[in-house]
Amino acid sequence: MRRRPNYLAGAGSIVWLVVVGLPLYVMLAATLRTREDYAGKGPVSFPDHFTLDNYTGAFDSGFGRYFLNTIIVTVCVVGVVLLLVPPLAYAIVRSRSRIASQIFRLFLLGLAIPAQAVIVPMFYLISEAGLYDNLLGVILPTAAFCLPMSALILSGAMRDISPELFEAMTMDGASPRRMFFQLVVPLSRGGLSTIVVFSALQAWNGFLFPLVLTQSEETKVITLGLYNFQTAHGIDIPGLLGAVTLSMVPVLLVYLFARRALVQGLMGMGGK
Amino acid sequence: MTTQLTSAPPTAEAPRKARRRPEDSYAAHGTRPGFLWALPATLFFTLFAIAPLIMVAVLSFMSWDGLGSPEFVGTDNWKRILDDPVMIRSIWLTLLLTALGVVLQTPLSIVIGVWAAGHQRNRAVLSAIYFIPLLLSATAVSVLWRALLDPNFGIPARMTWLFGDGNLFGEQASAIGVLAFVSTWQYTPFHTLIYQGAARAIPPVLYQAAEIDGAGRFRQFFHITLPQLRNSIVTSMILMIVGGLTTFETVLILTQGGPGTDTTISAYYMYQKAFKGFDFGAGSAIALCLVIAATVVSLIVVRVSGYDKMRSDMEGVS
Repeated sequence: MRRRPNYLAGAGSIVWLVVVGLPLYVMLAATLRTREDYAGKGPVSFPDHFTLDNYTGAFDSGFGRYFLNTIIVTVCVVGVVLLLVPPLAYAIVRSRSRIASQIFRLFLLGLAIPAQAVIVPMFYLISEAGLYDNLLGVILPTAAFCLPMSALILSGAMRDISPELFEAMTMDGASPRRMFFQLVVPLSRGGLSTIVVFSALQAWNGFLFPLVLTQSEETKVITLGLYNFQTAHGIDIPGLLGAVTLSMVPVLLVYLFARRALVQGLMGMGGK
Repeated sequence: MTTQLTSAPPTAEAPRKARRRPEDSYAAHGTRPGFLWALPATLFFTLFAIAPLIMVAVLSFMSWDGLGSPEFVGTDNWKRILDDPVMIRSIWLTLLLTALGVVLQTPLSIVIGVWAAGHQRNRAVLSAIYFIPLLLSATAVSVLWRALLDPNFGIPARMTWLFGDGNLFGEQASAIGVLAFVSTWQYTPFHTLIYQGAARAIPPVLYQAAEIDGAGRFRQFFHITLPQLRNSIVTSMILMIVGGLTTFETVLILTQGGPGTDTTISAYYMYQKAFKGFDFGAGSAIALCLVIAATVVSLIVVRVSGYDKMRSDMEGVS
């Protein structure tokens, strides 16, 4: 059915394009110009000549190290989540034990706990455990706060596996462990990639735990680096925006190559 | 390993199995995993999330400066924060910012989401651009806007005819406006995704029927689209409320709670009390208030919408 064009929607979509796109253009343009150029001609202008100094400058002020730390934290958080959540979701979906359903309710309730709320006792716990200013002290709580949403996402995916397949394997005399590795894990790959993206995003963008649980240069992650750069060199706006741009490159790459998993992982974030 | 505890060895099982039908309840039970499979994750979660949650309640009745060992002081912390005008004001500011977020983001994301679910030319390209703010961390977004709105080198300094002296962080009203705007800029794409998925799931036959009845675009929107999106509106609003109650980075980086304490919302005040003032007892009391508020809202999430609805909202998202 052909419909007449909706001029109102067309105009609105252009307005929103400007609201979203202009800041992003200013950001990209600023990272490719000198401080003098940015200050002299203003943010919403075209750069006179291009320079990559802002990107190299970000690496000179320690962002290489922060990148490495963030990658370590992200990989470890994803590792912990992948180790703990599939067996958990398997028990939630397949176990007839009443304890398993109580555990599921515990995790449902856990969805409600904001990280801000537990940051004081977390500081106490991590300090007492001798993990203050140690990347492990950031990894453990970050992974723990990924568990409730990951468990929900993955148990949802595992519920979609057809019961006939379980029955067939039961007739073959398969143990729960064999069913887990040969049936459940291969058939919930979609859910697994969603929880990988979800927990990787949580780790990559995490700010509060690193802010409170680390302090030295050696353990700084990228978000904390941005915050400190802003407080220390707030005046060097092109340099600052270069660092911001660098921090989003890996997420942008995931967006280009695994769009579907990224969108579903983002949906799991609940807007945080 | 844990599996051995829940399943008999296959050799002992084999001779009896032949005589049983597959739907036999024992057979079904015998190959189901026990709760032990859930134990490692549960212990880990208890240690790093449930235990701190219990400790925050205990610490709210204790005095601790971060160095020595905590001491019981009864309801002293609670009396202090309830007498603290900054604290009372922070609650109102939190509610105000949360309400502003809901009021700004809900209509915007519904309109954009419904639009993005359609089939216009350029829709895919524009949707992809609209999506970008979601790829940045809250920290990066706040740092970006702090730079763009810089009083000396930012956009407002160039547009003094619109922004006066160009310092949006100097007054309470404009500072709150900046916080609400930046949250909207960052989170609207997320809620747009929810509505886009839900709008795609509306049966096209409803619109065809309306067309035959001669209903125009606006009547279709208000009489078909909006009622069909009801569940998604509830889900998305509750997520906005929980997000609003726990806003932190935006305030820390954009306004530092200022000017003065004019944008000091509860989560930021908690951080200041605990980690700048080293009054961990009062910080814990504020944190407990946040937990209670977030739990009440989230219980409503589970009751009203439920996770299954959340999943069906995701279908149709491209």
